[in-house]
Amino acid sequence: MTALRRIWGLMYRHLALYRRSWPRLLELMYWPVLQMCIWGFTSAFLTARMGGAAVAAGMLLGGVLLWEVALRSQMGVAISFLEEMWSRNLGHVFVSPLRPWELVAALIAMSVIRMCIGVVPAILIAWALYAFNLFSIGPVVVFFFANLMIMGWWVALGVISLILRHGAGAEALAWSVLFGLTPFSAVFYPVAILPVWLQPVALALPSAHVFEGMRQILADGTINWGHLGAAVGLNAVWMVLAVLLFARQFRAARERGALLSIGE
Amino acid sequence: MDAIAVSNLTKRYGKTLAVDRIDFLVAPGQTIGLLGGNGAGKTTTIAMLLGLLIPTEGTIHVLGHDMATDRFAALARMNFSSPYVSLPHRLSVAENLRVYGHLYNVPRLEARIGELSAQLDLGEFLARPAGQLSAGQKTRAALAKSLINRPDVLLLDEPTASLDPDTADMVRGWLERYRAESGCTILLASHNMAEVERLCGYVLMLKQGKIVDRGSPGELLARYGRENLEDVFLDIARDRRSEGRADDSQAFEAEAVP
Repeated sequence: MTALRRIWGLMYRHLALYRRSWPRLLELMYWPVLQMCIWGFTSAFLTARMGGAAVAAGMLLGGVLLWEVALRSQMGVAISFLEEMWSRNLGHVFVSPLRPWELVAALIAMSVIRMCIGVVPAILIAWALYAFNLFSIGPVVVFFFANLMIMGWWVALGVISLILRHGAGAEALAWSVLFGLTPFSAVFYPVAILPVWLQPVALALPSAHVFEGMRQILADGTINWGHLGAAVGLNAVWMVLAVLLFARQFRAARERGALLSIGE
Repeated sequence: MDAIAVSNLTKRYGKTLAVDRIDFLVAPGQTIGLLGGNGAGKTTTIAMLLGLLIPTEGTIHVLGHDMATDRFAALARMNFSSPYVSLPHRLSVAENLRVYGHLYNVPRLEARIGELSAQLDLGEFLARPAGQLSAGQKTRAALAKSLINRPDVLLLDEPTASLDPDTADMVRGWLERYRAESGCTILLASHNMAEVERLCGYVLMLKQGKIVDRGSPGELLARYGRENLEDVFLDIARDRRSEGRADDSQAFEAEAVP
C-alpha cells in the first residue's frame, strides 16, 4: 500500500500540473487531432479518386490512430520525466523513499492518462468525420493498443537512460526517437515493401507485427496470431533490455553525481 | 546507536578526490555543522549521506541502516532541504506538500500540512505557486517540505543562503526550537559561521575533501585563540595553523559528537 501511495504521490504532482495548465492539456490533443484531420482528408480524397479504396483508407486511418498510441505512450513517460528535470525537482524525488521502479510505474501511469487524453479525441474525429470506427477491428484491438503502449514505454526507458547518461543534451530524443522508427514500423505499408535487407530490422520491432496484423484484419477479417505473438515476445525482450539499461544508467548517474545536476 | 555513522568515506571523480577518507559519528538529537569553503566537499558529503551519490570507498549508516544496501528504510526517516534544489514552480505550496506527504507516506496529511502552515506561517501563500514566492517564503516552504515526515535526521545545505538577516534569524530560531522539541538530528552545511556557531554543538571543518579539524565551537575558538568561527575558518582556509592542533585529519579517530 505504501508503494501505491508513493506512486500516487508522483502522479498527483503531474495531475496538479495539468490542472493548472490548460496549454499542456491542449498540447496533448493537438498533434493526434491534427494528424487525424490531415490523414482523414487525404484518405477521403484518395477514396473519391480511386473508388473502392475504403479498405486502404481504413488501413491508413487505423495506422495513424494506432501509431499515435505508441507515440503518445512514449512521450508520456519521457516528458513526465523531463518535467521533473526541468523543475530541478529530481534531487528531492530521489532522496525520498520512492524506489526507481515506483518512479517508472508512476511515469507509465501518467503516460496511460496522457495517451487517453491525446488519442481518444482523434478516435472520435475518425468516427465522426470519416466514418472509421477503430473498434470495428474487434476485441483484438485491445492487444494492438497494449503492444504499442508497451513499445512506447520501453523506448521511453531507453530515452530516459540516455538523458541520465548525457543530461539535458539528450532531451530532444524524447520527441524524435519514435518518429525515427516510423519507416521501419510498417505503419502505412507492408513490411514486404521495404528493401529485403531492411526487413529484419522491421520484424525486430513489435510495431511492424501489430500493423501487419491490423492490415490483415481490415483486408480479410482474419486475426494473425503469429504476428500478435511475435509482438508480445519482442516487447518482452525489448522491455527487459530497456529495464536493464535504465537500472545501469541510474546507478551510473548515482556514481557520477548526475542526479543533482542533470537539468543543467 | 548513532544517528549517523560515517567511516572512511571517499569520493573520487576520475583523478579528482572530492572527499578523502572522512570519519565521524553523530549522536541522536545533535546538530552538527559541516564547514568549509567552496569545493571543500560539503555538498558531496551530504549527497552521499542521502544516497544520491555512491561513495568510491567507505560506509555510511543512518539510523542503523547501511546506505549502500538499505537506503530506503533510512530515507523514509530522513529529509533534506537546499536552496539549490527547487520545488516544482507551477504547483502551489500546498500541492507540493501533498506530493511529498504521499511520497513519505505521512498519516493524516492535511492535518500535518495545517500544523506546518501554522508553525512556519505559510498560510498567506499556501495556495500560491511555489515559483511566485519571495526568497524567504521559498525557504519556509522548503523547510516545511523537509519536515513533512517529522524526520529523525534532517540534512540542510545552506538553509539561510540568500535570505535577509531578519528571515535568516527567524529560520535559525525555528530550527533551534524544532530540534529541542523533536529530538531530531540535524546536519547542517553552511558558509555562515555565525549560524554554525549558534546552531551547532559540534563542527567538522572540511578542506579539500578532508576533515582538517573538529570540535565544539568553543573548543575550536580556544584551539585557534580566536573570538569567532569566521576567524577560525580563515585560519584553516589560509593554512595559519595553531600550535597544539593536530595537523592531519588522519590523526582523528571517528568520535562521537558530545
